Amino acid sequence: MKGKLILHNGMEMEGESFGFPRSVAGEVVFATGMVGYPESLTDPSFAGQILVYTYPLIGNYGVANAKSWESDKLQVSGLVVSDYIDTPSHYTSKRTLREWLVAEKIPALVVKDTRLITQTLRTAGSMLGKVVIEEDLEFADPNKRNLVSEVSTKKVQIFGKGKYHVVLIDCGTKRNIVDSLVARGMRVTVVPWNTDIFAKRFRFDGLVVSNGPGDPKMAGAAIKTVKKAMARGIPIFGICLGNQILALAAGGNTSKLKFGHRGQNQPCLMVGTERCFLTTQNHGYAVTKVPKGFRQWFINANDQTNEGLIHKERPWFSVQFHPEATPGPWDTTWLFDEFLKRLPKA
Amino acid sequence: MNYKNQKILVLGSGALKIGEAGEFDYSGSQAMKALREEGVKIVLVNPNIATIQTSPLLADEIYFLPVTPEFVVRVIAKERPDAILLSFGGQTALNCGVALHKSGILKKYRVAVLGTPVGSIILTEDRQKFADHLKKIKIPIPESGATASAVSAESIAKKIGYPVMVRAAFTLGGQKSGVARDLAELREIAAGALAVAPQILVEKYLEHYKEIEYEVVRDRAGNCVTVCNMENFDPMGIHTGDSIVVAPSQTLTNEEYHGLRRAAIDIVQSLAIVGECNVQFALNPKPKGEKLEYYVIEVNARLSRSSALASKATGYPLAYVAAKLALGQILSEVKNQVTKVTQSFFEPALDYVVVKIPRWDIEKFKGAEERIGSAMKSVGEVMAIGRTFEEALQKAVRMLHSGAEGVTENGFGPDKKSLERFLHIPTPKRLFAVAEALKRGIKAERIHELSGIDLWFIWRINNIVQWEKKLLKHKKLGHDLLLKLKQLGFSDRRIALLRKTDAAEIRKLRHSYGLRPSVFQIDTLAGEAPAKTNYLYLTYNGAHHDVSPLGKRAVVVLGSGPYHIGSSVEFDWSCVHTALSLRKYGKQSIIVNCNPETVSTDYDMSRRLYFEELTFETISEIYEFEKPSGVVVSVGGQTPNNLARDFSAAGFHILGTTAANIDRAEDRNKFSALLDSLGIPQPLWKSFVSMSEALRFAREVGYPVLVRPSYVLSGSAMSVCFDNEELRLLVEKAAVINRAHPVTISKFITGAKELELDAVAQRGKILAAFLSEHVENAGVHSGDATIVYPAQKVYTATEQRILQIAESLARDLQITGPFNIQFLVKENKAFVIEINLRASRTFPLLSKATNVNLADLLVAAFFGRGRAPKIKYPDYVVVKSPQFSFSRLQGADPVLRVEMASTGEVACFGDTFEEALLKSIYSSITFSPRKSALLALGGAVNKKRFLDAARRLVAKGYKLYATGTTHRFLQENAVPSKLVSKVYEGKKPDVVDLINSKRVGFVVNLSEQDEGPERHHKEHVSDGYLIRRAAVDNNTPLFTNSLLARAFVRAVTSFGPKDLKIKSWREYTESNLHE
Repeated sequence: MKGKLILHNGMEMEGESFGFPRSVAGEVVFATGMVGYPESLTDPSFAGQILVYTYPLIGNYGVANAKSWESDKLQVSGLVVSDYIDTPSHYTSKRTLREWLVAEKIPALVVKDTRLITQTLRTAGSMLGKVVIEEDLEFADPNKRNLVSEVSTKKVQIFGKGKYHVVLIDCGTKRNIVDSLVARGMRVTVVPWNTDIFAKRFRFDGLVVSNGPGDPKMAGAAIKTVKKAMARGIPIFGICLGNQILALAAGGNTSKLKFGHRGQNQPCLMVGTERCFLTTQNHGYAVTKVPKGFRQWFINANDQTNEGLIHKERPWFSVQFHPEATPGPWDTTWLFDEFLKRLPKA
Repeated sequence: MNYKNQKILVLGSGALKIGEAGEFDYSGSQAMKALREEGVKIVLVNPNIATIQTSPLLADEIYFLPVTPEFVVRVIAKERPDAILLSFGGQTALNCGVALHKSGILKKYRVAVLGTPVGSIILTEDRQKFADHLKKIKIPIPESGATASAVSAESIAKKIGYPVMVRAAFTLGGQKSGVARDLAELREIAAGALAVAPQILVEKYLEHYKEIEYEVVRDRAGNCVTVCNMENFDPMGIHTGDSIVVAPSQTLTNEEYHGLRRAAIDIVQSLAIVGECNVQFALNPKPKGEKLEYYVIEVNARLSRSSALASKATGYPLAYVAAKLALGQILSEVKNQVTKVTQSFFEPALDYVVVKIPRWDIEKFKGAEERIGSAMKSVGEVMAIGRTFEEALQKAVRMLHSGAEGVTENGFGPDKKSLERFLHIPTPKRLFAVAEALKRGIKAERIHELSGIDLWFIWRINNIVQWEKKLLKHKKLGHDLLLKLKQLGFSDRRIALLRKTDAAEIRKLRHSYGLRPSVFQIDTLAGEAPAKTNYLYLTYNGAHHDVSPLGKRAVVVLGSGPYHIGSSVEFDWSCVHTALSLRKYGKQSIIVNCNPETVSTDYDMSRRLYFEELTFETISEIYEFEKPSGVVVSVGGQTPNNLARDFSAAGFHILGTTAANIDRAEDRNKFSALLDSLGIPQPLWKSFVSMSEALRFAREVGYPVLVRPSYVLSGSAMSVCFDNEELRLLVEKAAVINRAHPVTISKFITGAKELELDAVAQRGKILAAFLSEHVENAGVHSGDATIVYPAQKVYTATEQRILQIAESLARDLQITGPFNIQFLVKENKAFVIEINLRASRTFPLLSKATNVNLADLLVAAFFGRGRAPKIKYPDYVVVKSPQFSFSRLQGADPVLRVEMASTGEVACFGDTFEEALLKSIYSSITFSPRKSALLALGGAVNKKRFLDAARRLVAKGYKLYATGTTHRFLQENAVPSKLVSKVYEGKKPDVVDLINSKRVGFVVNLSEQDEGPERHHKEHVSDGYLIRRAAVDNNTPLFTNSLLARAFVRAVTSFGPKDLKIKSWREYTESNLHE
């Protein structure tokens, strides 16, 4: 079945549908990772977005069971690839990517020239767009919605049995953030993004603010919670959207990047050192004003945008990238150890 | 540290050989470029005169000397460099550097080793110590044991359990390694490996595991990235150099990809690498638990064949970056050479897929085994880029220039059993066997079971097979079907063949549908940042072009394609220098080539680089897109030259000699008529379509005769025949090889001298011409011959006559640009054998020998601006020696014939012929200091002619061993020698035992044919063969040509190693400088 990818600037590209045959509108973004499609497709930060993979061959190793996913469902609104592979080969594969997309009703297109889409987004910036299969529909800006509230957990969940207790504000967390904390001996209480954790009067040693989709300024309740935690001197670790929320809570500012960083090869310099780390990233916004009392911890080696903040005295830090990886390099998992070190001695 | 004005010694890798080829000219050149930018003074030792790195463009002082400790120590003593780089010249440079370190030379002369610490290099080179090291850092390795004895190898194998892999330590490209499935096989392989290496490793054989490689860079601060990962199409067991390789990996999940990546980084961190390192893994495709199960199988702490491929596959210049890191820079300080805005601490994101296929020439070696395995046998490789795997794969198949238009085209017969054998036993044909099996309906799972090739690849090939079937079924070739086929990499020619029409028709149809390939850039970031360089490929999986045409300013320069016997780095030299020279005339060069080992495919050598096929279809698409002012077909060897006629017919402008005149020179009939009309002698010859006529002609002119098909490069199927029977055998074989062309038979003139004339002409007038001489008589292919410049034994009158002939041919063919004529001289009469209107193999040799850059001159000639350079007769001599790789090709008979067999060459300078010859021979073989020689001289003439040489050897204290009649002959002439029995005599120890005992310094084995080539249609398991093979297998120098053997004896008895002068290229040629 034929379909079309239509961009807000009027560009139209013909494609072959290989997912669920329905039309969808969203923000079109591209990601440059060459492996890890099951992980990124289930990353809640992609909510509301039509994802274009720059690597042409997608579907190669099929889809393994849900254990390997970053949340329990497909999170993208739509998918565009250049060469869909319907004959996967891998011992963990349970079904093809097509079967998964159809089951979860996500539309997908094979558009040969995905490089042209990438170049268009690179030049003009991230753009609204739509996948049209048969019926046309209006453009719609997902960033005007509260995406965080859409993807955040609806109920409180507890993971692990460690002696440290940390609260994770779920703005759309990837599963591996929880797993990484649990693996280091932390008991993790995952709460909805807008939970007033201090109203509940339960004790915890540290606060983690997760990744998530869209504009951080839409996550007002989470920003408020972080402010309160800072007032109480609780150790804080922000990841991705969490970096932006911490900045906003501390009096900094954020703004939208032209086309964002989405890939597994983003270099981050640790400011004041010669060390550079390769990271996974998936964000459209960035911290543009460093809050008082903080300094830039990491910056992007390519475009010098902020990649992390650290407080000069207090146990508060955050990174714009994904130390939990999945997908991507495992080179910054040590940050979870750093967080552990900052928790009060039991 | 600031290295400005510091002197750094760079070691090259010497001659091209199997396992160590052009990739080291590429990495060396790139490293030297990086050093130059920092103001470093570079001293280079490399006897490979055809390389690009051995040019003043890149090095300040060049020594054409063997890369061995004996010579390099003397270069160090003379030059007193501040530092040395070891990792850019392959295993040769690494071994030499480690030896210099161990002997304390580097310390004595205070030479710092830059980059990876020597200790780490030594650790990675010692199999057992390295295995212990990996265990310590918890990296899994296959269960194994290292040993120096065959007996203990048996007990190790017993402990691990069969099958086991046996590897030789300290050798190139897995030489003498193999899989042993039982004790008998183990004994055989272990003995072979111990003959070339002091230590062997016996390890668990990981059957049908996936083989995955990572290329890692690390700086002094510990920053570390993996630039590229690659997956082998073939499962474990085949040397990576002989594997079809895909980048990035296709069948790995995120966990596998990043799990192995992490392990690679952990290893590199543990070794404190500063620069580049390659890590190879075996990955279990079906682990019992769901946990990653892998083993490290090899680590190379230096630039390698794989790193060259990775650089080309990603656009990340590994050698350039590694050189900067060696100088102490950190990754984030080194600018990304492609984008110029980002930096080098990143991992390239590809938005295309890359397929590398090796090029084997196994059939060119008489007796060599076709099966491939853990010892590398290929002589070159191609790399193709596409947006689907199918597109890249089919392009790569065509790039091999082996006659196949795609993966579905193969010569398999109907026999099912042999097809299954080809699936099961790895050979160069396996890829084609997979396609054929799918065509015949054999199940993918069955193919997987037999071959171990991952089903993913088999399904992709099946996609090609199924679409081909669809094409056969469809009545009409519509737009959509044609587009789909192009997206899957089908060529116009393949489609035409299936539609029973010709390629031109398909091309016309395709253009009528508006189907043209897109021009895409390789930008290292998958489009995330714009690229400043123009590293390009074509794809039908696109809808736009990344660049706009250059137009009339541009000139297309065609490269040579994959290295193979007869075409190697020397054509790359001509191609690169031509491209560089075009700048002087305001032209922008567009290079087209598909060989990842070359410097010409480094994207800063030209204005634009198309990493593409050298076929008419592809080049015409590039030409019609770019609309350049012309194309150069004369600097990439025979491949581009063969396209001249098609280009001309398509209306493309060829720079230099016209296509019509190229044809007059290439077509034997036309050329012969031309020679007759000019009164130039040629050996008697005739073309035949019938056997009886051929036999009659041969009888008339008298045997021996030279037999060959038309349009050959390195004499494939060319042979000398001595009687009717041989002629009959060969012609029937040749006719099968090339039915379209008649067989040509010419009188073979025995005992004749062979001379080469290389020249550049402008509008029919010669600007410069150089005459060089073969040491061996005619009958040895010019690529295998030892060549000396200036010619040593040619009468002035003969030389004058040769020049006259060249002048009249240049005039008549209206040559503009390069050409080469081969002459036979017998009794001072010169005969023309052939002419090539292109830069020959000897072009870089002569450019350096004379200090006249012939590439500059030929470009000047293209624009009518050439001026004859003033050339002084040199007060030095240059000798080129061939490099053979027989030791790597089990079973191959190491004799010199009219068919070329060498894989590379070296050339050295000397004050005299003998000095240059000796340096040159020392550069091409591992020489032993043992003062002993084995003589096995067939025939009375050979014995008599060698007598003087034997006397010289004895006088210089050499101990001589001799077989039966040779011994008797020497005895009769009062030359002492020790008798050794031949193998057939059955007395032990025999001659082979003697060679195996390594008591022989060199072997002279001359066949009965007086000064002529070896007769080869006989059963070759003769004593001569056993002697030659034993010599090669024991790394013992072997001479099979009387003239060369005698010249060598003269040289080796006149010069001790210390008498050979350490003089740089500049010192030799300075006095020869021209305006």
